[in-house]
Amino acid sequence: MSSHQGAAGVQEPLEVFRVLRDDGTLDPEHDPGLTTEEVVEIYRGLVLTRTLDQRLTALQRQGRIGFHVGSLGEEAAILGSTYAMRDTDWIFPCYREFGSALMRGLSLQKFLDNMFGNANDTVKGRQMPDHYTCREKRWGSISSPVGTQITQAVGFAWAAKIDGKDIATLTYFGDGATSSPEFHSGMNFAGVFKVPTVFFCRNNGWAISVPTERQTASATFAQKADAYGVVGVRVDGNDLFAVIAATRQAVERAARGEGPTLIEALTYRMGGHSTSDDPLRYRGDEQLEPWAARDPIERVRHHLTRLGAWDDEREAACIADVDARFKQAVAVAEQTPPPPLESMFEDVYESPPWHLVEQREQLIQGPRAPKSH
Amino acid sequence: MPQMNMVQAINDALRVAMRRDKRVVLLGEDVGKVGGVFRVTAGLFDEFGDARVIDTPLSEGGIIGAAVGMAMYGLVPIPEIQFADFIWPAYDQIVNELAKYRYRSGGEYPVSMVIRTPVGGGIRGGHYHSQHPEAHFVCVPGLKVVIPSNAYDAKGLLLSAIADPDPVLFFEPKRVYRAAKGEVPEGEYTVPLSSAAVVRAGDDVTVLAYGAMLYEALDASAKAQQQGVHCEVIDLRTLWPVDIDTILRSVEKTGRLVIVHEAPRTGGYGAELVSLVCEKAFYHLQAPPVRVTGFDTPFPYTLETEYMPLSHRILPAVLQVARA
Repeated sequence: MSSHQGAAGVQEPLEVFRVLRDDGTLDPEHDPGLTTEEVVEIYRGLVLTRTLDQRLTALQRQGRIGFHVGSLGEEAAILGSTYAMRDTDWIFPCYREFGSALMRGLSLQKFLDNMFGNANDTVKGRQMPDHYTCREKRWGSISSPVGTQITQAVGFAWAAKIDGKDIATLTYFGDGATSSPEFHSGMNFAGVFKVPTVFFCRNNGWAISVPTERQTASATFAQKADAYGVVGVRVDGNDLFAVIAATRQAVERAARGEGPTLIEALTYRMGGHSTSDDPLRYRGDEQLEPWAARDPIERVRHHLTRLGAWDDEREAACIADVDARFKQAVAVAEQTPPPPLESMFEDVYESPPWHLVEQREQLIQGPRAPKSH
Repeated sequence: MPQMNMVQAINDALRVAMRRDKRVVLLGEDVGKVGGVFRVTAGLFDEFGDARVIDTPLSEGGIIGAAVGMAMYGLVPIPEIQFADFIWPAYDQIVNELAKYRYRSGGEYPVSMVIRTPVGGGIRGGHYHSQHPEAHFVCVPGLKVVIPSNAYDAKGLLLSAIADPDPVLFFEPKRVYRAAKGEVPEGEYTVPLSSAAVVRAGDDVTVLAYGAMLYEALDASAKAQQQGVHCEVIDLRTLWPVDIDTILRSVEKTGRLVIVHEAPRTGGYGAELVSLVCEKAFYHLQAPPVRVTGFDTPFPYTLETEYMPLSHRILPAVLQVARA
């Protein structure tokens, strides 16, 4: 195996880029240089993300929402990478990055409106929970089929390059998506045309029940970049600071006209694939233990506590604040009516052709479905 | 007015669109230096450069996926799929992504583009250079499907499609790419989408056709007239959303319907047309509608003229329906 260009210069294939040490200090050579206030702000986002995951899972178990796909254990990879992108850059998400959308500025209310599929949902109740959108914050649209956003992120950044604008895209996907044709096409197009896209692979160990070793025989995902003439970086995805530093370098590289970067963030999916999944059918809890010991949020907390910038009291207040906002947003979302019947026919085309006008009338004049759910 | 064939007319439409709007970019396999395997994009690389006329890696899914991203940015991409037979790796991006973006994003991301692709048989291309897959696309909510039959319409429809706010799949009937010649105005003009053309008036039988098979329908209709049967031949031009009013007006007059298409019969677009006519004009019908189509087989190489619904198969169908 040959070495390749990495975040900290030349990286050996199995090397993992880290900044946050076990003692809570930062490697000064690669410290991204955030102020303590900035770290606290991101930390609040991490706590928000994890708390919401827990509360939304509970709502699903109570039957109040139909579904949730969470990011337990992957919060630092998701928030760190989004934090590192410039406001003028665009995010092309998978479906596991609500923490990114909230960090960009999707309101908690809009997020919950989507979870309930109500009339105020950004996607008008047309998609499952966790399939919101937020164009005004340069944040994309979510598709369930895996990998489809990758080539689109490349096309968007390529268009910006053709247009002479300094805009990069970041696209999220899991290790499973590296097996998709879109990963191949996206990496290949981006390499050939030196497109300013950051390919952010959350290697969380699992694609529903299928483990990483069934996705690839490669020793790492980062080294796949070599074959496309793309820079590949392997980073500790549970290290907020390493993720920020590596992503920033990728954006800087893109802005210099040097093209794309593949970041493999080593992390772990601590929950099921979604609320519809039962991970005990294919893995034991003991597999979680080494990852629990390297929990991405605990590690930042340790860092902040050491600096005297965080403590149990602030933690409790932070969670209480999330709970209060969550409760309020759920109450509003639950009371908001479903989208009107005729909205089913909007946005199929810019304006409805004759057949949709006809079918809309048939629906409205026809019998209503039983209110089974 | 200059005479052009369909290749020249489409090339001219692309040039007009690219000159007036620098957001228009072409991308696909071999569309650049060589000007496309059918030379439809000839000369555009030289005029507009490699940033706007882009030879891509060989990946249809990548071409359409990238084009979706370009359209989201605000460019006006016109990707080419070299043969409609090669479109399947891009089917997910077309059906699940391009056609659904506006809807699934609640209107936040209205993604549109024109996908150009040569279609159809009669060029000795065998199964992988001859298919006519419109049925797989007219059933997709969010897509529009267009197919011209002549040079004038090709340019006018393409300019309409480029200006359209919705994604358009633009089939180009390659059998008549060079044979269909006619007068084509210079500069800008449009032929509206969802507007069929009555190309031959008649009172006895309505014949619906499109693309290369329009000429076969016209040939059969001329022969039918010698036997006293007057066909009204309609060139659908846009397959979806189809111009239902023009179809019904004709069928209500003739009471008899023949539909011609190259694609296999079962589940073909003709089935939808028959259903629409039966639902909306059943009591005007005086005979069962008849479909003259390709067979439910893969497209054959050596026997292609036997497979295709050419004039010799349309004529007996017209006479049968007329005399039923």
